[in-house]
Amino acid sequence: MSSNRRLTYLPDGLPIPVAEPDGLSAPYWAGLRRNRLMVQRCGHCTTWQFGPEWICHRCYAFDPEWTEIDPQGRIFSWERVWHPSHPVLKQHGPYLAVLVEIPHAGSVRMVGNLLGDPMQNISIGAQVEGVFEHHLSSDPPYSLLHWRLSSAL
Amino acid sequence: MNAAARAERTLRGRVAVVGIGETDYYRHGASPDPEFKLALKAILAACGDAGIDPRDIDGFASYSEERSEASRLAAALGTRRLRAATMQWGGGGGGCCAAVANAAASIIAGLADCVVVFRSLAQGQYGRFGQATGIDTISGEKAYLMPYGVLAPPQRFAMRVRRYMHEHGVKQEALRAIALASYHHAQSNPRAVMYGKPLDESKYDASRWIAEPFHLYDCCMENDGAAALVLVPAERAKEFKNTPVYVLGAAVGSGYRTGAIPHNSPRYASASFDTVAPDLYAMAGLGPSDVGVVQCYENFTGGVVMALAEHGFFKPEEANEFLKFENLMAPSGRLPLNTSGGNLAECYMHGFELVLEAVRQVRGVSTSQAKRNDVAMVIGGPMVTPVSNLLLGSEATL
Ligand SMILES: [Zn+2]
Repeated sequence: MSSNRRLTYLPDGLPIPVAEPDGLSAPYWAGLRRNRLMVQRCGHCTTWQFGPEWICHRCYAFDPEWTEIDPQGRIFSWERVWHPSHPVLKQHGPYLAVLVEIPHAGSVRMVGNLLGDPMQNISIGAQVEGVFEHHLSSDPPYSLLHWRLSSAL
Repeated sequence: MNAAARAERTLRGRVAVVGIGETDYYRHGASPDPEFKLALKAILAACGDAGIDPRDIDGFASYSEERSEASRLAAALGTRRLRAATMQWGGGGGGCCAAVANAAASIIAGLADCVVVFRSLAQGQYGRFGQATGIDTISGEKAYLMPYGVLAPPQRFAMRVRRYMHEHGVKQEALRAIALASYHHAQSNPRAVMYGKPLDESKYDASRWIAEPFHLYDCCMENDGAAALVLVPAERAKEFKNTPVYVLGAAVGSGYRTGAIPHNSPRYASASFDTVAPDLYAMAGLGPSDVGVVQCYENFTGGVVMALAEHGFFKPEEANEFLKFENLMAPSGRLPLNTSGGNLAECYMHGFELVLEAVRQVRGVSTSQAKRNDVAMVIGGPMVTPVSNLLLGSEATL
């Protein structure tokens, strides 16, 4: 637990993501556990879709297929959070959340944390690479997808 | 009304607000009364203002998962005949005008004759929007956000506002002007929680960040209280003691796939009024230049910038020029805004205090009365979905 705390961007104790009771997003969360980013792509009309839904919003084919994509994108927007909205963040200090757009997957967007100095300057449009973060000692275990600037690699 | 007018599908001129009322407004958790008692007090105050026997209410309408439920109210108040009980889907304040629209539609359709629209909140009793607690599992939209520390509303909306500022060159000073206008007007309003607590530019600038680009004063308060109004058919409007205030139009909803989670709305940098604002103007037969005063829900000041632009008061690129403090002040600014103090400084009654203030403006009894007050607008819950809006007017505007 304690080693995990040092290795994760935010402290343990935040809400743990799980799939809905109907299993809609289960392939996404299972993918992150295996270092794979899975997004829906309709097998009928090839439309990308994220977050997942039971139907393709374009052609109404049910159960859109899950496709692995490269976790690369660009910053669409960002925020630096100062106010701790959860007890475990009370002594933590500021942190960065980014909204990342993935051009090679229909420009779907996903939220994650931007690794590195929380006070760094951020440019909208900057290229970022995904970083998988595993919370194996959590109950239940889960994985997240963070981002870091491609220029920082 | 002739047959053609009767066949026209509109709310315009068909219903009137004849009573408004609210409890004292409290800081969150400070109400001495439980939530349901607050609801009853506000409803009785609105009935008193109208001069109506509360037993004659035959419908209740609310929004945002209101807990003071219609049948319990009807039992408590001895309602003779309950005929309408409508609840608008969606959280936050997106439904504050939709609840009025739904009540109006019930009346016009002949389902009810006297509907109370209200909101009651005791956040000490039930927790509040702004604070996440405990360790738990989470699924659906929040699962894509909360593990990354995107927990509370300021964090959920800061990225949207940041993107809008980036796309249109909107500066922090535009957000600041909105906060200053609300606090300025609250200094004339004894009901306001921030009455006697003025805000100036330096205090705003020095205030802590909540989530950039939101300072403390860009974020709404958390409060306890209740507010209510009484709606009747226009034919009955003059049976009551106050000057009637007519519904000129209302609209509800959002555009194409606004609800795509997480943060996947095609028009992300938007307050969700791209389709809703044109609907409102079309129903009312009015445009932005006809509106004398606006109450716009400030969950966050940045949402107000977007919402005002989407209602055509200025182009996004003109926001810095338009959103100056002097333009937003009653009585004679270009567009007096949030003249009671609004969510930032009067009370965060999830926007229902804004609806009551619009009624006061048209009646001519606001504590910060606008000179042009024949048409008053309310904008509910920018950036959520569904959102809603409302135009109210005097008899002369019918
Ligand atoms: Zn399809």
